[in-house]
Amino acid sequence: MKYLDEYRDGDVAARIVAEMRRIQTRPWVLMEVCGGQTHSIVKNGLDQLLPEGVELVHGPGCPVCVTPLEMIDRAHAIARLPNVIFCSFGDMLRVPGSDGDLFTIKSEGGDVRVVYSPLDCLKIARANPAKQVVFFAIGFETTAPANAMLAWRAREEKLNNVSLLVSHVLVPPALEAILASPENRVQGFLGPGHVCAVMGYGEYLPISANYKVPIVITGFEPLDILEGVLMTVKQLEEGRAVVENQYSRILDQTGNLPAQKLIGKVFEVSDRKWRGIGTIPHSGYRLRQEFAAHDAEKLFDVADILTLEPEICISGEILRGIKKPHDCPAFATLCDPQHPLGATMVSAEGACAAYYAYGRHLKPQGAGKLHQIAPDLAPASAGAALVSGGRA
Amino acid sequence: MATSEDTGNRKTHDEEPIASPLFGSCPIPIFEHKQIVLGHGSGGKLTSDLIDKIFLPAFRNPVLDKLDDQAVVTIGGARLAFTTDSFVVTPIFFPGGDIGRLAVHGTVNDLAMSGAQPLYLSAAFILEEGLPVDDLRRVVESMRVAAADAGVQFVTGDTKVVDRGKGDQIFITTTGIGVIGDGVNISADRAQPGDAILLSGYLGDHGMAIMSQREGLEFEGAIESDCASLNGLVAAMLATPSATGGDFIHCLRDPTRGGAATTLNEIAKRAGVGMMLHQPSIPVRESVQGACEVLGLDPLYVANEGKLLAIVRPEMAGAVLRSMREHPLGREAAIIGQVVADHPGMVLMKTGIGGTRVLDVMFGEQLPRIC
Amino acid sequence: MCLAIPGKVIDTYDQNGLRMARVQFGGITREACLEYVPETKTGEYVLVHVGFAISKVDEAEAERTYQALKELDQLSELESPFVEDFQDSDTAVLIPPAKGSSGNEIP
Repeated sequence: MKYLDEYRDGDVAARIVAEMRRIQTRPWVLMEVCGGQTHSIVKNGLDQLLPEGVELVHGPGCPVCVTPLEMIDRAHAIARLPNVIFCSFGDMLRVPGSDGDLFTIKSEGGDVRVVYSPLDCLKIARANPAKQVVFFAIGFETTAPANAMLAWRAREEKLNNVSLLVSHVLVPPALEAILASPENRVQGFLGPGHVCAVMGYGEYLPISANYKVPIVITGFEPLDILEGVLMTVKQLEEGRAVVENQYSRILDQTGNLPAQKLIGKVFEVSDRKWRGIGTIPHSGYRLRQEFAAHDAEKLFDVADILTLEPEICISGEILRGIKKPHDCPAFATLCDPQHPLGATMVSAEGACAAYYAYGRHLKPQGAGKLHQIAPDLAPASAGAALVSGGRA
Repeated sequence: MATSEDTGNRKTHDEEPIASPLFGSCPIPIFEHKQIVLGHGSGGKLTSDLIDKIFLPAFRNPVLDKLDDQAVVTIGGARLAFTTDSFVVTPIFFPGGDIGRLAVHGTVNDLAMSGAQPLYLSAAFILEEGLPVDDLRRVVESMRVAAADAGVQFVTGDTKVVDRGKGDQIFITTTGIGVIGDGVNISADRAQPGDAILLSGYLGDHGMAIMSQREGLEFEGAIESDCASLNGLVAAMLATPSATGGDFIHCLRDPTRGGAATTLNEIAKRAGVGMMLHQPSIPVRESVQGACEVLGLDPLYVANEGKLLAIVRPEMAGAVLRSMREHPLGREAAIIGQVVADHPGMVLMKTGIGGTRVLDVMFGEQLPRIC
Repeated sequence: MCLAIPGKVIDTYDQNGLRMARVQFGGITREACLEYVPETKTGEYVLVHVGFAISKVDEAEAERTYQALKELDQLSELESPFVEDFQDSDTAVLIPPAKGSSGNEIP
């Protein structure tokens, strides 16, 4: 596949890594912001290829992981309603709320449908005029143009049985929250390539300048990520701290203007709660007042939702790059994709889930240096139980 | 320990001291199913959970405990392979096949994976009120052709009809019986470190052919189900000339639901061995690769209905591969990895880019993703 | 974020008031909305996320940057990450080495 396969070439990967080794003189801690990048790194074993001392920590760029439990519970409550067709991207189907997930709701008789594109909801709504079609609009800025188009077209076509449950989050405020934390160890960032394809990277210039960190906007294929790491390490070695664009075949500083325009017409910036982190001001989107008729949060009054967040979970610290999955005593013992305790295990893309799926046989670089709650923690082995009685 | 968010009583993770006692009185929310969910049928971890927790405890016996795709029983000196399967695929007609054809090949393959010569099948039909008779006729004709191709006969059957809305058009349940020759001893627990792992051809055709028909996920592009009976291929492999007789094939499995990854994990756990695969050696059609990329799926987890995995003594690997490639159903056969003594029960894979990753068993259904 | 794949536009048309395209991804074709890259022509490559083209691939830039990567020197005296050979000579199983190989050797 063109523009994909060539970015998986082992020979070229070796060249990039050799160049990294050539220029690296000290240890560096980098963060890749986006969950898709985390997925690619762990799935391809990229972090094993990096020179000793170049450490990658995984950022909060997983919209599924950071969707607050209350929002998931609200989605589930709506999905249980008898007259509702609840539509969602596949990613959200298995995310447990306080009581079950969308699959269990389906098994109880809820009409839950996986969609690939938000536009599919328009087709479903036209075919089912007596039902309420609710779309779970999660995502970062990458998905905002698609979700905006759904809201826009629903209003244009006067499809009054379509609504969106919006839980959009934005990257730049999250980056600032990480950098502002006194525990921050991250010295350079691989910026979110597809978010910037939509929004451009102008917002990252002041962040880079204020905090004096290099930010390299990076793609997702193995060579993209390796090149992004190379460019970041190069800046760090040379004492520079600017925004660079590794993913130049896809984006430029301006981004996609028609997309930004429609986003601006449909959404406005709002405060958002990030699971595991807390409320970050101006870090999300909500539907503008003009779209109230399509705002599921306003249309559906699902009150008295009791949320239950496990205390053992250190997702917050993982999302901020302070800890790694292997640092958590519950990782792969009490907590695994089948019984996820928190944000970073619930999504296939969260750092914990990614490590469980692809990398639990390894101890990632840097784990030994971080403060450990359980110093004798061995690499995860299925069946080990740290709590007396194990898990049921 | 649940508190309402609104009262603000609950501490956020930011505020909790790092050295807080972890294993206090807070009950861990263990997620256990009170109802069957679709994932229980997907062939992955949920399915094996169901088997482990509900079926095995009730029916336990030495034959069942082996959990192979077929049972090998000895009756009056003859070693028989005995299997059952049910088919609920939707849509019932799909590119490259239909539920009837799938029923024959699926059952034959379960028998063939023990090295048996499949002989007799039964078919029980559950028909939904309102099913067009022409559809039934089409399915049955398809079964006739498939059975003839495989060299098996339907010797008994049953028919039931359920009310409209209670049956999704057609369900077919089959059983099958075959005979295992002397010297053939094929079972998951025979895999040994050093053995080669062989795959008979392209991964993912069947599952993606079905996926291409799903509402909202449609795509054009000639992906057809690979649905086929593998007993001929198995016979050819067993007939590979060898100094030591037919004992060089240790395991055979067809990677159906859950895909090759799940199947290999099952063998690894059963035999108490590890595996190391080599990703660039694994054959996948370009069209299947493209469809998987778009939907965010992994061909290693997609169902196949006309492929087999073979665990073979290393010194015979090359010869068996040659036998496979000479057979129409094994033209793209490849050696994709090796059984190892390290990391028992775990399957690892060397990626094209040079790293290593774990290839885990599938959890529930594989879903298209956007992240 | 997330999962977006480059594909080739093979046809463009209007549907329900939206500019759409049929996009080819290595052997299969899917529909995508072109409203955000309306000037795209047949034969050009776009990046598609959840059924929407969100960017065009700059083919000249792709060529230029990829060339630059290929021209990085692979210095032989430094340890290559691919030294580890997949083939286990003790067991004499024929498994090709990790790098760049796609076929299988039959003895």
